[in-house]
Amino acid sequence: MTRLLRATTLVSAALVSVGLALPVLADEEADLVVNGDLKMVTHAPAPAHLDGALSEVISGWVFRSDETQALQMDDFDNPGMVFVDKAMEVWNTVDGSEGKSCASCHNDPAESMKGVRAVYPKWNETANEVRTIAAQVNDCRENRMGAKPWKYEGDDMAEMEALIALQSRGMTVNVAIDGPVQSTWEQGKEIYYTRYGQLELSCANCHENNYGNMIRADHLSQGQINGFPAYRLKNTKLNTVHDRFKGCIRDTRAVPFKPGGPEFTALELYVASRGNGLSVEGPSVRN
Amino acid sequence: MKKLMITAVAISALGAGVAMADGVVAPGDVKFEDGAVAMSLTGVPGDPSKASELMDRKFGNCIACHQISALDLPFPGEIGPPLDGAGSRWTEAQLRGIVSNAKMTFEDSMMPAFYKTEGYIRPGVAFTSKAPEGPLDPLLTAQQVEDVVAFLMTLKE
Ligand code: HEC
Ligand code: HEC
Repeated sequence: MTRLLRATTLVSAALVSVGLALPVLADEEADLVVNGDLKMVTHAPAPAHLDGALSEVISGWVFRSDETQALQMDDFDNPGMVFVDKAMEVWNTVDGSEGKSCASCHNDPAESMKGVRAVYPKWNETANEVRTIAAQVNDCRENRMGAKPWKYEGDDMAEMEALIALQSRGMTVNVAIDGPVQSTWEQGKEIYYTRYGQLELSCANCHENNYGNMIRADHLSQGQINGFPAYRLKNTKLNTVHDRFKGCIRDTRAVPFKPGGPEFTALELYVASRGNGLSVEGPSVRN
Repeated sequence: MKKLMITAVAISALGAGVAMADGVVAPGDVKFEDGAVAMSLTGVPGDPSKASELMDRKFGNCIACHQISALDLPFPGEIGPPLDGAGSRWTEAQLRGIVSNAKMTFEDSMMPAFYKTEGYIRPGVAFTSKAPEGPLDPLLTAQQVEDVVAFLMTLKE
């Protein structure tokens, strides 16, 4: 409760400053240390599979204003943490026809979910497909709990993803791109470089060729997803990866793909792999 | 010589019945020569005083990518070069070409084509995420392109 109150006050303060302020350039040299002791890797050598397209990979945190950066440095200030508490209750709550909760199978997430965020999306041998965390959560809900799947990019899902991401916070993103996932990865790469919509813009136009530049009042980052789900001051909730993809494609005056569908799953795998070497940061704070 | 060539292009364009009934050149009929478009898209001189509105968010959103000191528009982007002095660097025909379809001048340019309606991948109606039911409108009308070009011509070094 105290946490909730404190976070809410801080957010409204931050919103006021976002509303009034000029686009404040970030301190790109700042270090991200959470709660005074968890040091994040925000700059890493680009993975070899990028073939020199980037010289280094950089967390989106680096491009945010000092105020927004600060919100992610202390869990009492991070408005996303309230939703982790909420998801922890859901974790322990029975739902569906089988009389089970997440905890029935996975016990304490601090142990069972440690390392998960760092390696997803990944190949699921039994299902013979690439799974995102959200797809896996809904598979558990439907097939093990007999419960209704959550809306792919809805609040319940975003909050559960935050709980799961938190268990890997500070670990290094290390998504596999070879073996059975390779063709999906290639598909994601093709989507990344396709110029969609009437504005004919690709992800790469903004996030590979122009990161660090302003596009109107927005400071472009590399569009990394190591910080997801992300609490956005703009809509005061946690946002999922596919929701962000949807927004970025819409902004090219295009028709986005469906959240949870094969195209965004492939794109998520590809974009996640571009962040190999960075730290898992979710839930992060963004404007 | 140059003038002669331009006249020839204009005449052949008219001869081919390119200009629409109201004198407006349709997006698919614009003739590019080395990226430039010699003939006015409307035959009506552009009005440079419209630029402030046309280059802002609701229309061309040029300011998202370019700094334009002559206009009082906040937070200019830095994706493209500042447009100050563009009227000294380029001819009117070249500027008409760049605004209509910059990719005819700058290969693979990030700059959107403002007078074009086809050849898109998954185009939507503005920012609605919905597929269009009929043909798309160009990002700027023919006269708006002429207004923007007329303004760019006033940006002298
Ligand atoms: C017209 C420019 C543009 C295009 C094209 C674009 N984006 Fe973005 N994107 C932005 C802006 C602006 C932001 C907010 C500032 C930032 O983090 O870069 C953003 C943010 C993001 C973020 C959040 C990063 C963070 O750290 O919070 C992700 C992820 C992202 N984009 C991925 C993509 C992907 C994938 C594509 C292609 C499908 C894409 N973007 C296409 C402009 C664009
Ligand atoms: C999404 C980004 C973007 C938008 C929006 C955009 N441009 Fe550009 N523009 C560019 C880039 C990038 C260049 C540099 C050429 C290149 O290398 O592609 C450019 C080049 C130009 C040039 C030549 C620059 C010079 O002075 O040498 C002009 C003129 C121009 N743009 C005008 C406009 C106008 C007018 C609009 C709006 C109606 C506009 N641009 C919208 C990205 C953009």
